[in-house]
Amino acid sequence: MNHPLNIGDTILQSRFFLGTAGYPSPDALSKSIEAAKPGLLTVSLRRESKAGKGQDFWNIIKSFNLPILPNTAGCHSVQEAVTTAEMAREVFETNWIKLEVIGDDYTLQPDPYGLLEASETLVEKGFEVFPYMTDDLILANRLSDIGCNILMPWGAPIGSGRGLNNPYALKLLRDRFPNKTLVVDAGIGAPSHAAAAMEVGYDAILLNTAVSTAGNPAQMASAFAKAIEAGREAYLAGIIAKQDSANASTPLIDKPFWHQDGS
Amino acid sequence: MSDSIKVTVNGQPKDFKAPLNLYDVLEQEELIGMMIAVAQNGTFVAKEKYQLTVIGDGDEIEIVAPMQGG
Repeated sequence: MNHPLNIGDTILQSRFFLGTAGYPSPDALSKSIEAAKPGLLTVSLRRESKAGKGQDFWNIIKSFNLPILPNTAGCHSVQEAVTTAEMAREVFETNWIKLEVIGDDYTLQPDPYGLLEASETLVEKGFEVFPYMTDDLILANRLSDIGCNILMPWGAPIGSGRGLNNPYALKLLRDRFPNKTLVVDAGIGAPSHAAAAMEVGYDAILLNTAVSTAGNPAQMASAFAKAIEAGREAYLAGIIAKQDSANASTPLIDKPFWHQDGS
Repeated sequence: MSDSIKVTVNGQPKDFKAPLNLYDVLEQEELIGMMIAVAQNGTFVAKEKYQLTVIGDGDEIEIVAPMQGG
């Protein structure tokens, strides 16, 4: 079953956002995209030389005709992030930007202050900002206040594969922002992590390393696609509330040796 | 008579002949026609402004293109 997602005027055909970095080969990247059938692909910018390495990569990506979400990976300051976003808008001809302003090199934790300042500048410049953020409620409020339509809290540090470090905080964001597009970005390791986020109502999952460095990237991409879809369907279907006591699923009336009132 | 100026292109110091605009730099770096974007001294320069953008001694130019990203 297809569960499309609207971002502005664009309808994404899948809630799986796939990164394009770190694959063992261009062929592995292509096969993973084919298997994932993602709603969008994330890309980045790096220095170019006359050898034109970036152009070769782009030829692979554009053949899939998918929406593109450029990032500002590696930016540590507001100015760097804003300039990178402006360059990305020109190169990829999109106003979408996955905004990363890194505050700590060990955890790659986003700098909430820099993120907020850069987001405000970019929203004013007409960008649709996808802020890569911690799961902090107050930061989410501030980002929402300055015009971010999408919030992307981390599950865990980038590439760590730890899954959802703080399910309570992620659920709280979902509860407090029922109409906001929420995406878990980063830290996902296993398809079950992605499913867990989707089951509490997240709108999409953005991941890269869990697929690109898997033993078989294309097969893992397929597994994630199923998990994300299953999680979404389960959320829509309505998951039962947890209880402390057992509740027999098989009706007891008229079972053999049944006696009313226990007699 | 033209002067020689030093311009840093993608982190590499290089000598160019002045007067010089941004389009000249991209031409000499053999990047015209590629899918690129440029910043001068940390500030984005739109492609329609390349020929109007004067490059001076000590300027830092960043030229970027699509790359894998997560």
